[in-house]
Amino acid sequence: MSAGTGRGFNWLNAAPWVYTIGLFVIWEVSVRAFGIAQYILPAPSVILNAIVEFWPAIWKNSLQTLYTTTVGFLLAVVGGLALGLLVGWSKTIYAGLYPIMVGFNAIPKVAIVPILVIWFGIGTIPAVLTAFLISFFPIVVNVATGLATIEPETEDVLRALGAKKMDIMLKVGIPRSMPYFFGSLKVAITLAFVGSVVSETVASNTGLGQMMSAAQSQFNVPLVFAGLIMLAVEGIAMYALMAWIERRTTGWAHRGQMAQ
Amino acid sequence: MAYPLVTISNVDMRYGGAEGILAVKDLTLSVAKGEFAAVVGPSGCGKSTLMKLVTGLHIPQSGVVMVAGERVTRPVSIVGMAFQNPTMLPWRTTLDNILLPLEIVERHRKRLRANKAEYVAKAEKLLETVGLKGFGSKFPWQLSGGMQQRANLCRALIHEPDLLMLDEPFGALDSFTREELWCVIRDLHAAQGVTIVLVTHDLREAAFLADKVFVMSSRPGRILQERRVPFERPRDLDILYKPEFNDLVHELRGAIAEARIAV
Ligand SMILES: Nc1ncnc2c1ncn2[C@@H]1O[C@H](COP(=O)(O)OP(=O)(O)OP(=O)(O)O)[C@@H](O)[C@H]1O
Ligand SMILES: [Mg+2]
Repeated sequence: MSAGTGRGFNWLNAAPWVYTIGLFVIWEVSVRAFGIAQYILPAPSVILNAIVEFWPAIWKNSLQTLYTTTVGFLLAVVGGLALGLLVGWSKTIYAGLYPIMVGFNAIPKVAIVPILVIWFGIGTIPAVLTAFLISFFPIVVNVATGLATIEPETEDVLRALGAKKMDIMLKVGIPRSMPYFFGSLKVAITLAFVGSVVSETVASNTGLGQMMSAAQSQFNVPLVFAGLIMLAVEGIAMYALMAWIERRTTGWAHRGQMAQ
Repeated sequence: MAYPLVTISNVDMRYGGAEGILAVKDLTLSVAKGEFAAVVGPSGCGKSTLMKLVTGLHIPQSGVVMVAGERVTRPVSIVGMAFQNPTMLPWRTTLDNILLPLEIVERHRKRLRANKAEYVAKAEKLLETVGLKGFGSKFPWQLSGGMQQRANLCRALIHEPDLLMLDEPFGALDSFTREELWCVIRDLHAAQGVTIVLVTHDLREAAFLADKVFVMSSRPGRILQERRVPFERPRDLDILYKPEFNDLVHELRGAIAEARIAV
């Protein structure tokens, strides 16, 4: 963990923990010092109590949200990769689909949930689909960008050798778009949580979104915050996983850190 | 000299449709097999366009480009190309970068898998020739700019092209590295009998390496002058400091200065 020398404390590695703990300490102290009411801003200790007290429900709903988010996200990965390759492949397809995708992306996804409910009923499926719809776009755009920004010289060198479009895609385009793709996963997973929680809040019987909106209607503010904390934890964990995958798969794109 | 490997006759090339930029006009030149030709001219005069016409990356609107006795209507695979930008693929090791053309060129890609060892040996030999022995396993970004450009030359040569097209390959290098690579190219040309067309801004480079130098007019480009380089081969870097050499460079400089004024 520490950076080899043995002497001194590695502040860089410790910083994320120190700052996070610091935030909670300031929060706790402020709430107590200013006597802020529990139903406005509960102190971290109160939230922790709520987490312990309602743990079975929190755990169940957290798993549900993680499940819908992950499924929606995986669909977005598959669909986004496929559509991104298609869009990056041909200028015509790109020109045709781009305005449609931009328009589609501009629609607030919360407005789509009611339609999904009409089609699929309330519950897991609208949450999965909302997560999918919201996290799909950055993946498509990034993959297509990777393909579209092949250096013309590289393409010329290969075409002069008799390379077909397919060769250029396989040898250059796809490997080149991988860092863009894996980079977009970090954005996409975060958005996927937004999608699933929005859908759960509006139309579901399970999940953290539904749990929080139910708690809110009962003025159980500590439980609302407990839900937020769980979402943050899940979000950070998934983000870290994506960042790890990114580093493992496309280390060459982070050359500075890799060069020994 | 042998029969011409490259002939360009009365070629016009316009970019971007009928109203677009006329890059070269009435371009005519020929390069014999085994010859080393250099192309010099003002910036933007159509030198890179010339390279793309010869390799079949662009097809001219009028006129004929012939390579190895055949009219060029699509990319010709007997060429190797190198640009100023080395364009090594960062996810491949230097060795795998050099082997890349073999995965593309029709007659090699079928044999590559079965004869991998043979090709790897060949690539390593090329690396040794350009002074990069033992660097095959490094990634391009672990090499300096000059080393990448050396690797780039290896990549252009791995499939044993009959024609090597170099577009300002040494433009971004310091003068010591440049002179070193001049010698590498000179020796490759002498040893392999490959025909080379070199585009350059550096008149000393043209005069040192080439058998003949084409001077192009400013856009739309055509050949103003074809200048034979009289110096005996093998040439040594010492000739850079001979008066005859400087006279030739001076003359070329004058021709380009004129080309920039006259349209
Ligand atoms: N893809 C393109 N589309 C439109 N115009 C182009 C294109 N490529 C080149 N041109 C134009 O054609 C002319 C000749 O370009 P070219 O690249 O051949 O010049 P060059 O002699 O290689 O210049 P330099 O010495 O700066 O490399 C330029 O005026 C340029 O504007
Ligand atoms: Mg050029």
